Amino acid sequence: MPDVVPTLTLQTTPDGAPCVVLGGCWSAARLAESATWSHISQGLADVATQGAVTWDLRAISRLDHTGAQLLWNTWGHQQPAQLQWRPGQRVMLERVARFTAPAVKPARRTAWQFFLRLGEQLWLLWDHLVALLALLGQLLLDVMALLRAPQRGPWRDVSGHLFRIGARALPVTALVGFTIGVVLAYLMSRQLRLFGADTFIVNILGLSIIRELGPMLAAILIAGRSGSAITAQIGVMRVTEELDAMRVMGIAQGYRLVLPRAIAMAIAMPLISIWTTLAALLGGMLAADVVLGVTPAYFFATLPRAVAISNLWLALGKSVVFGLLIALIGCHYGLRVKPNTESLGQGTTASVVTAITVVLLVDAVFAVVFKNVGL
Amino acid sequence: MTPPVVEIDKLWSVFHEAGRDVVIHQDLNLRIEAGELVSIVGGSGSGKTVLLRQMLGLAVPARGSVKVLGEAASSMGREGAASRVGMLFQHGALFSAFSVLDNIAFALRELKTLPNDLILDVAMVKLRMVGLDPTAAHKMPADLSGGMVKRAALARALIMDPPLLLLDEPTAGLDPGSADEFCALLQSLHQELGLTVVMVTHDLDTLLELSTRIAVVADRHIVASGSAAEVMVQPHLFIKEFFLGERGRRASALLDAPLRPPASLFADTKT
Repeated sequence: MPDVVPTLTLQTTPDGAPCVVLGGCWSAARLAESATWSHISQGLADVATQGAVTWDLRAISRLDHTGAQLLWNTWGHQQPAQLQWRPGQRVMLERVARFTAPAVKPARRTAWQFFLRLGEQLWLLWDHLVALLALLGQLLLDVMALLRAPQRGPWRDVSGHLFRIGARALPVTALVGFTIGVVLAYLMSRQLRLFGADTFIVNILGLSIIRELGPMLAAILIAGRSGSAITAQIGVMRVTEELDAMRVMGIAQGYRLVLPRAIAMAIAMPLISIWTTLAALLGGMLAADVVLGVTPAYFFATLPRAVAISNLWLALGKSVVFGLLIALIGCHYGLRVKPNTESLGQGTTASVVTAITVVLLVDAVFAVVFKNVGL
Repeated sequence: MTPPVVEIDKLWSVFHEAGRDVVIHQDLNLRIEAGELVSIVGGSGSGKTVLLRQMLGLAVPARGSVKVLGEAASSMGREGAASRVGMLFQHGALFSAFSVLDNIAFALRELKTLPNDLILDVAMVKLRMVGLDPTAAHKMPADLSGGMVKRAALARALIMDPPLLLLDEPTAGLDPGSADEFCALLQSLHQELGLTVVMVTHDLDTLLELSTRIAVVADRHIVASGSAAEVMVQPHLFIKEFFLGERGRRASALLDAPLRPPASLFADTKT
């Protein structure tokens, strides 16, 4: 089958009538070459101005559906009066003619539908809140069941999740914590030196990192790292019908999927938070030594006096709450995934965004409620 | 004489699994001529789908060569592949982010030259050609039934009228009625468009109804190749179990010429 460039030439028949002779390979791949397409589309547009012409398709070596559709559309969905073709081309064109249908336009959205969608969004928000509350309630029931019969708990799952959520996150949280500590110390040292208050670096760094930055950094990193993983794991189980399989076997999803993740998060989160705090303090301490000459020995000696121990307890308590929230939100979005890949992607994104937002909001609540503690 | 559409020469497919090599194909030879409708059959894990993936360039030969339409299969995936080969994946592999019509039109639209209304017309023709209703055009793949997914995926594979069509389990997961319809559709497409079709299937009805040739993969190579009647009398153990088992007898009873089981059925299995 010779695969040559499609051609279009306008000729005059011996009796003086205009005649369009088509040749070459009228297939999608050849027609779509940009030089060819501009030539052919220009040619067809010129022919359209001629009025009645004779079409000669016999020299076409290959006519596929795209080529046939192009001709059919050029002819205005009817067979031209003067047409010379071969039987194979006739079959192709007849099939195209038979199946060509006016494209069904997707229904346009009216203002009323837009209004209804707005209401739908509100209900969706309500739905999310109710589902989250139900998940929390189920978690409490599951915790009670666990306390009643601890030997039946999903401990292997808990330890697996502890390893993945906690131990695997140590390098990245340490790196981020250390860098933030260095940056903070550098920025503050310049301001403090103006007032000759160099030694207050310990108070500022200690308080801000232990009380706020350590837990927050850890929570945001874990929300991005493990919150998304939780949603994706559970979501894939929905896509592959594993959740349905569990249900059919009579295994409670809350007890086997949500509870171990929530427990692992509640244990890992405060530990990661302390780890991040230590890394940030180390970074800040080294930077303070280099820039301000505040020695690590002085830093260590001053820190306990500058920062009350209650700040540490507050940070730990916050972290437990953050961990539980991240786990619950991850599970919530994972269980809501519909069995298709697009929903999985949306669910994972929504889970991370919601988890980080909720962590920030809850942290603000903590700041207001505990404003008299440790300051 | 036209060159073969698929030419596989001394193919070795090897997978690395848990630190050791698993040989799937060993010195496998297969030639498929233009216009054939070849079915590849074989037991589970015999490497039928891997063979299809080799033809598409999705798997890499450890040794030997795979030529499709006169080119090495490894270069199949380059630009414009949709005009050379169409593949119907087992589960359709429709892009879940696009509507059905956009899925079908995707390859044509990616060429970036043809006008959109022409592309939509072509896609619509393909959609109706595979027996889908025009109202399905704007549905999302997640909202389709199994049969509709297969049809939409077939329309997508055919959008640029490739001369070669590969099918992986085209009727798996369809109810008998839909499977029959799908078979009739494939047969008419094969005849009308002059396609060369290679399919992997377990479905004996599909196999016997459609194939112009059957190739049996077992023991890491093609053990038999020919028409149904020729293949069935081969003494290989797998062939006996596959065609002359309870299901095979039922399906082949539908063939015009009833087959007699080979006289040597028990004599051979002893060795």
